[in-house]
Amino acid sequence: MSLDPSLREAVLAAVPKLRAFAISLCGNVDRADDLVQETLLRALANIDSFQRGTNMSAWLFTILRNHFHSEYRKRRREVEDGDGSYAETLKSQPDQTARLELQEFREALAKLPPDQREALILVGASGFSYEETAEICGCAVGTIKSRVNRARTRLADLMSIETADDFGPDHATRAVMTRNSAD
Amino acid sequence: MGVRLSMQGGTKPEPNLNREIQSKIGQQLRAVFDDIVEQGVPDRFVDLLGRLDERTDEK
Repeated sequence: MSLDPSLREAVLAAVPKLRAFAISLCGNVDRADDLVQETLLRALANIDSFQRGTNMSAWLFTILRNHFHSEYRKRRREVEDGDGSYAETLKSQPDQTARLELQEFREALAKLPPDQREALILVGASGFSYEETAEICGCAVGTIKSRVNRARTRLADLMSIETADDFGPDHATRAVMTRNSAD
Repeated sequence: MGVRLSMQGGTKPEPNLNREIQSKIGQQLRAVFDDIVEQGVPDRFVDLLGRLDERTDEK
């Protein structure tokens, strides 16, 4: 196996987004970086199965996701990792550049069911289409759409409670008024 | 029925979702993600790919 420089560049270029996705899955930077490392080793060992001209990023995301889910299932038996501890690790994320106002959003994100959070991040932040996301997650496009919609609805619920001040004292009333005025 | 007039975009699965919140969710989601993306490629991954290259060159 000799790594073509153009493939090497493509792999490296995908790393920042791959890490961001890994952190959103693991909720922990160190574990996420280990996951990225294992993903890169697997990818390079199987680089011959990468079809040139296809999306390197999507290929790597698929490997990372599959690896995470097989590992996660194993580890879940060892350490019962409920939603609570996931939220805790996210809160303690050592990220100096992170803006404080995003903390509430991060906590709301941590409350989502993992499959919804994953779909939302792939579609809403990683720049994948619904079709690409469905391939990465190995499920139907309709399933991804429904997960993303449920994730957005849930986040909106969480945020309208937590950041009510940003939207005025009676957000529900305003929502109704907005709807009526559109009629 | 008259009600139908307001249901033109009736495919929306979340009628209560305020557009303002929706766009705020999008922005914050990208901000959370981009905070990490902007950290770039940590050295350990550059080193890893470099080491793998050396190893394959030797073979």
